Amino acid sequence: MVDLSVELSGIALDNPVIPASGAFGYGYEFAEWYDINILGSIALKGTTREPRFGNDTPRIAECACGLLNSVGLQNPGIEAVLGQELAKLKRVYSKPVIANISGFSVEEYRYCCALADRTEGIGIIEVNISCPNVHDGGMSFGTKPESAYEVTKAVREVCGKPVYMKLSPNVADICEIAAACREGGADGLSLINTLMGMRLDLKTKKPVLANKTGGLSGPAVFPVALRMVWQVYEAVRLPIIGMGGVSSAEDVVEMMLAGATAVQVGAANLKNPYACKEIIERLPKVMEKYGIDSLKGIIGGAH
Amino acid sequence: MNKGLFTVLENKRIAESVWRLELEGDTAAIKRPGQFVNIELEGFYLRRPLSVCDWEEGRLTLIYKTVGRGTEALSGVEAGRRLDLLTGLGNGYELEPSGARPLLIGGGAGIPPLYGLAKRLLWQGKAPLAILGFNRKRELILAEAFRALGAETIIATADGSAGLKGLATDAVSCAGVYSYVYACGPEPMLKAVYDKTEGSGQFSFEERMGCGFGACMGCSCKTKYGAKRICREGPVLEKEEIIW
Repeated sequence: MVDLSVELSGIALDNPVIPASGAFGYGYEFAEWYDINILGSIALKGTTREPRFGNDTPRIAECACGLLNSVGLQNPGIEAVLGQELAKLKRVYSKPVIANISGFSVEEYRYCCALADRTEGIGIIEVNISCPNVHDGGMSFGTKPESAYEVTKAVREVCGKPVYMKLSPNVADICEIAAACREGGADGLSLINTLMGMRLDLKTKKPVLANKTGGLSGPAVFPVALRMVWQVYEAVRLPIIGMGGVSSAEDVVEMMLAGATAVQVGAANLKNPYACKEIIERLPKVMEKYGIDSLKGIIGGAH
Repeated sequence: MNKGLFTVLENKRIAESVWRLELEGDTAAIKRPGQFVNIELEGFYLRRPLSVCDWEEGRLTLIYKTVGRGTEALSGVEAGRRLDLLTGLGNGYELEPSGARPLLIGGGAGIPPLYGLAKRLLWQGKAPLAILGFNRKRELILAEAFRALGAETIIATADGSAGLKGLATDAVSCAGVYSYVYACGPEPMLKAVYDKTEGSGQFSFEERMGCGFGACMGCSCKTKYGAKRICREGPVLEKEEIIW
């Protein structure tokens, strides 16, 4: 019997596989496909204080080995997410989940994280300072060490639960941002968010996305994500939730060897609603194949 | 909703840039006309959403227009090949409010789901009237099929090469009294139908989709009742909730 369990800042997970924020609705949608209680945890859709529709459509574009999205943090607002949406999820899922919080000011981050911290059923607070699809917020906090530190510190002050800062790959040195988050009191790091990209439509000779640019995800970004997990693991000794193009049980093992304690799966769920289920079911076979008894034992094993 | 493999029985060009794909597989998840399927294609990361034209137990008919690289690749798929489909996606048309003589108005590639709808309305003893709009005669699809069902059918072409000359909406004045409106087609056509028809109705929209089943919020639209996902709470919206 192989051991799939891991522990994220004191929270025990049956396995390291977590559907990523924004690629899994509010979770309960997937209960129509399979029993989602097999998942290690679930990261909720990115949430802001006020309801948001997000950007204009089209907000999806395709590319080789992935897709671009410019959804722009559509959500019904923090009260509705922690109220109605979480209640619906709790009916079909019994483990602690990850709140994913975004904001347009330090005060907004603090307000939403404090609410999430007080909400039963939320195990970890993932703070998104890396959304490439909103202006004057999101990624602008995550591309400078000073503002990353400022948000982390403000959120830390109001949260008793583990705080994971979700970082952007769209920076010169992700280790510098990671170090600033550690200084601010982060318990862990989620990396990476999407890479900023774009596509043009040859018929209209204009960008496909109404927002012009969008965030690239899918297998195309996996090597970039893996490299950043590797670098940050060496530079900043904090637990890491690794994500970016993870699509198979082999990818999960690779991400953990690079330094991830748990792994999130995003784009793969959009192509195949059973992606997380298939990864979890295949993990024991892959572990046996490579002589791995316990996933806990391989974290950072490649260093 | 269901995920399963379908076998291609036939994939045939039936008009200019329009293909009919006959598939064999489990159709149990398809509950209403106007729902869609999402097809995995080799070499493409995202699936391609296509509306259901008609279905029965074990058998599915799709009619699609080649509009980009994905649908062009699909048109090259030969009989005997197996395709991975998500089925039973979206809300589809509700038959309940149709009344005795509903008007079905479709443009080009928007016509196929109205065929499955017309068939089921006729099964319920209703007398649907179909107005089918095309650019030109060589793009004509399903006109004979609607008539073969027993639905009163009016054809309109923009260039006058078949049926009435003009847009599908220009033919509404020939429709007489109708009890309800079902529409599917390009958005400018839907807007014109909205403006030129009386009473209630259901309109089917399209949008670029990520997943097709409500996970990514890629295809959301604004309605009078808040944001809806075209792939999940849509693609069919009630006339009264539409915001243009």
